[in-house]
Amino acid sequence: MARYIVKRLLIALIVLFGITVIDFGIMTLAGNPIEILSGGPRISEELLAIRAQNLGLNQPIPIQYLNWLKATLKGDFGYSYKNYQPVSEMIGSHLGPTLVLMGSALVLSLIIASVAGIYSAVHQNSGGDYAIVSFAFLGQSIPGFLLAMILIYIFTVKLGLLPSSGAWTLGAEGRGIELKYLIMPMIVLAFEMSGRNIRYIRSSVLEILNKDYLRTARAKGIGRFMVIYKHALRNALIPIVTVIGMELPGLFGGAVIVEEVFSWPGLGLMTMNAILARDYPVIMAMCLLSAVVVLLGNLIVDIVYAFVDPTVRFD
Amino acid sequence: MHESYLGSVIRRFKYHKAGVVSLVILSLIVLAALLAPVLAPYDPNAINPEFSAAPSVKHILGTDQIGRDLFSRLLYGTRVSLLVGFLSTLIATFIGVLLGLIAGYFGGAADMIIMRCTDMVMSFPYILLILVAGAIFEPGMWNIILILGFIDWPGIARLVRGNVLSIKEKDFVHASRIGGMSRTYILFSDILPNTIAPILVFATSVMAISILDEAALSFLGMGVQPPAASLGNMLNGAQSITVLTKLPWLWISPGAVIVLLVVCVNFIGDALRDAIDPSTTKS
Repeated sequence: MARYIVKRLLIALIVLFGITVIDFGIMTLAGNPIEILSGGPRISEELLAIRAQNLGLNQPIPIQYLNWLKATLKGDFGYSYKNYQPVSEMIGSHLGPTLVLMGSALVLSLIIASVAGIYSAVHQNSGGDYAIVSFAFLGQSIPGFLLAMILIYIFTVKLGLLPSSGAWTLGAEGRGIELKYLIMPMIVLAFEMSGRNIRYIRSSVLEILNKDYLRTARAKGIGRFMVIYKHALRNALIPIVTVIGMELPGLFGGAVIVEEVFSWPGLGLMTMNAILARDYPVIMAMCLLSAVVVLLGNLIVDIVYAFVDPTVRFD
Repeated sequence: MHESYLGSVIRRFKYHKAGVVSLVILSLIVLAALLAPVLAPYDPNAINPEFSAAPSVKHILGTDQIGRDLFSRLLYGTRVSLLVGFLSTLIATFIGVLLGLIAGYFGGAADMIIMRCTDMVMSFPYILLILVAGAIFEPGMWNIILILGFIDWPGIARLVRGNVLSIKEKDFVHASRIGGMSRTYILFSDILPNTIAPILVFATSVMAISILDEAALSFLGMGVQPPAASLGNMLNGAQSITVLTKLPWLWISPGAVIVLLVVCVNFIGDALRDAIDPSTTKS
């Protein structure tokens, strides 16, 4: 077991190194940020050279990479090219709204997906099952931004119930995120996620229901209720845990479009603005952070499986 | 009488009613998109005297703010979205199949390197990678196709690798090996045909995702550029509150076509899965 975990950790490190290289490569390929920063011909060559020197952009690319890597390992993500704020500070101030949004959407979607998925599997081929499966297909097929627009059209424009942008009333930043601002972006994200997950949980539960031990349980004559709630549901927890693992990659990057549409002041909006402004330090930090989250998530899921499922082989 | 494999797949596909209906609708949409030059009543980029006109007999879906006929643009936009979805899926499938075959069949160092590359691409949040790539390269249809094609392959590579690993230990492959068949023959004549079915199912989901991603990128203005129409960039205008409230026909019809298209592709994929693998059919 220890060897297996060490091996997984080593592989994760190799992958992480590769990610930093690819990440840096793409950014360098993208062009010289000095041209973007210069803001037209009014700035003199000398000033540009000084600026490049200050940002370390006049050094060879491998050196730039090493400098960046060294700083990053110390937890210093550098400064934003755009507003000269430390990147780690920017991430810190945008992290809260994203965690609130993603956390609440994840919880909501898990509730919807588990209840609907299990109901659907237990009442297979009933009208309710078909309705739920169709709902899941719709959730998978409707672009998030379109659903967002429809919701804004209904709840902001027609009914005037919910605000369509931001996370708090202007001038009341100190009081934190308000529920009425959270509802629409949360629903859009949860709708997308539950669309994906309902069908997964449904088919996993169906598989469990067809297992021999459930036939045995049924044969004992303990009744349908006990069979499902005592024997099947406990095993259905495994696919639900898997679903949480599958949604992790989205936690940091996935909300970009929804945050953009609703001007939700989280990491997604910050990343989107950074992408549009080619603010490399911010983009790189975000890519790296999300990759670490994904890697850690996969690692934890793998290790948990190794503990839970005796058929996983450690080689 | 013995039923052919294809025959049994078609028979089981027909059981999936939503899949059959989707296939019919998708065929109609594809046909309409292909025949766009014939069907479109106006040039999609031509400016008509009626600006922001509501749907009428003359313009059945209305016109946009600069007087272009929406129905004509919708036909051409669907064409672009389908082309993006199809070609990027083709590229992703090709790369994924090739890498998956190599990794699964040869194993060892090749497998290690390819699978770590797969892990790397998969560790980036998917949408972030697409947005960054979309911002770096010149926006436009061909770049979108290449970006999506080069980002979507890891899932297919993993799938193919897994299938190859299980098929290569089957008796008929051992027989070919003992019979002195070349590696290329075994790879392309024994292994590949037996893994095509799951690849096809997976490819439908890649296509659905590609269509959605094109829409999202174009919606954000980083995809297909005007005056060319795509379903996504037709929705771009609806970000303004005036369009959203006063000109709903501008976003309802392209939005509906995207949803319809993706629902159909997803249902067909589901029907194919059931048809190809009898064990997953609703028991």
